Parts: sequence; structure tokens; C-alpha cells
Amino acid sequence: MFDSADMFRAFQPHRDKAIVLVTGTAGRDWREISDNETRDLTLQGAMGQTNSAALGFALSQPDEKVVLFDSEGSLQMNMGILGTIAGKKPKNFFHFLMDNECYATTGGQPVPNASEINYAGMAREAGYTATFQFDNLEEFTNNIEAIMKEEGPVFVAMKMIPKIENEPIGRRVRKPQRSRAETIKVLQAELGITAA
Amino acid sequence: MVQQQAALLKPESLIAEFKKNGVTHIVTIPDSETNYLYELMKEQDWLDVVPSSREGETFAIALGLIVGGKVPVCVIQNTGMMESGDSIRGMAIDAGFPMVMLIGYRGWTRHGVITDSAARYTETFLHAMGINYYLLETDDDATRISVAFEEARANNRPVAVLVGDEYHGFNRM
Repeated sequence: MFDSADMFRAFQPHRDKAIVLVTGTAGRDWREISDNETRDLTLQGAMGQTNSAALGFALSQPDEKVVLFDSEGSLQMNMGILGTIAGKKPKNFFHFLMDNECYATTGGQPVPNASEINYAGMAREAGYTATFQFDNLEEFTNNIEAIMKEEGPVFVAMKMIPKIENEPIGRRVRKPQRSRAETIKVLQAELGITAA
Repeated sequence: MVQQQAALLKPESLIAEFKKNGVTHIVTIPDSETNYLYELMKEQDWLDVVPSSREGETFAIALGLIVGGKVPVCVIQNTGMMESGDSIRGMAIDAGFPMVMLIGYRGWTRHGVITDSAARYTETFLHAMGINYYLLETDDDATRISVAFEEARANNRPVAVLVGDEYHGFNRM
């Protein structure tokens, strides 16, 4: 397992102009590391559906590279999306999975079959163009440049150290973050998208 | 004896409405009410069909498409709409974008008693979510799709169109 913040720091130099979406507790680390907030998009809002929304955006902008950092808890709630994505074969879609084997935000309870389930294998058999899996930072760092040159849909499963939250929700300190609406507005301006 | 042509809802009428309203994508899971429509949609070179695995996906995929400047319609059955409750809440209503959904009204009938609970709860569900809706039964109702689009765009909200009959025509008559 490796740290999600270290993973994001290794990814950042190879981001280029990709549009990045994150989900899950591990995704929060990205906000401190991203060097292009204009191209960070938030489409969270329903259980397990950020990956579906990211697919929709990727289909709408086929010339833009779209990178989703998904979580395994989210994917388990919406596993059919693997077939949906593979079926549309978006060449610009990069689906990273941050697998910490638990629901970190609710106290660290394990997700079903946490340590044995093979997400990269499922993505491969669903029909993703290329799949990878990493459980250490060094190997990930050595391969990320080549991964970002692949044709999508690409799936990258990564074993992440869980950052478990056990404080009652009312006592948790949340850093201010941009709202979904704000990220959408900024990105649409950046890409010159007007309401259809 | 007077022969009367039954009033029909033809899939071609729906396709014409989609084109008129600038629809670019159909995000869908086919069902028995919309089967013939699916075949016709696949034939349109201006329309991209996105087949989904579960209805909850359709509203999230549609949101992503809308953010990217496209005009999707979610085409699913009423059973799937009810399965999609959290997705409709978070990805359609809360997102604040115009979104039209075409819902196969399984079990609905204008005559007699409705026995299918899928039909009994459909309008109750839409009321609970605060989503306005229009009913299509024949070609004469097809322009209600344009009404739904106007309303969705005016209020930046989802609007439903309930398909109360199976489509007729298109390779099947």
C-alpha cells in the first residue's frame, strides 16, 4: 500500500492539461497538490455515481483527456459502470482506482471482500483497453508516464493506505473547498462551453 | 361498419421531437415500452446512444454530458426511475441543469384498474421528488416533449415525460 498524497505528487508532472476529478477520502489530498485548479472538476453528488458523471463528461469532450480518481467503495456501489465505460470505449478516459479496502470516512469498516477482489481484473474482462495495478509507490512512479500515453479507456488499480476518520461528523474539521457548481462554471469558461 | 384507425404513438414522432430540441445523446436502458424507439435511435447519425448498466447511471452520465455542453435525454422505465432515487436527487435536481427524462410507464392504463405497483407508484414518486411530468399516449401528444424541454430550460430542473403506450410502427407494423 502507498500514500495517496505521494501518489498524486507522482501523477502531477504527467497530468499535462488533463481534466481531473476525484472522489473518496483519499481524493481530498489532490486539492493540496493540483497545480491547475481551473481544470479540476467536481461531479460528486450521489452515491457511487461520480464515475458515471466523469464518463458523461469524457464523452462530451473527446479531445480532452479526462482523469478520474475513483474509490473502491464508490465503484462497488456502481460496478456496472465498468461495462458501460468499456462499451463506449472513450479513448480520452483514464480511470484510476484508489483502493484502501475500507470505508475510511465512516470509521474504516471493510468493503465487501476487501482484500481479495481484483478490480483491475474486472476492468480488463469488462473490456477496458489497458489495465494496471500497483501496490507500491516506486512501481507506480516508474510507470505513470507511459500509462498517460495509453489510449483509453485505461484502468489503474492502486492499493492506498487508508486515512480513517473516527471523529463524530460534527467535530471533523473540513478545509474549505470549491463547490460543484463553481468548478463546473470555471471549467466551462476554460473550455469555452456554453449551455446547449 | 365503420373502421377506425387506432391512435398510435410512433417512434418516428419521438425522434422528430428529439431532433427539434437539439438532443445529442440518449442515455438508456431499453425496456419493453421503448424497444422500437431504441432501434430507430441507433439509426440516427446525429444521435449518440449511450447504453447503461443500471438506471441510476443514466442521470449521472447525463449530467456529465450537460456540463460538457451536450443535450442528453435519459430513456428508462418507471421501475428504473424509482431505483435511481439518489441519483435523481444528487445529479439531476441538485445539480440545477435542465434535464429531460423519458420514462416507460409500465403497468399504466387509461381503462380499468391499474394492478401493477410500478405504475401505481410512478406519479407518487415524481410528486415526492417535486418533478413535473407530461403523459404521452399518441402522436398527438408528442409535442409535449418540446414543452418538457422548454420547462426544463426555463427552470434548470429535470422534467419527466411518461410514455403510456408501447410504440407502434417502425419495422413492426
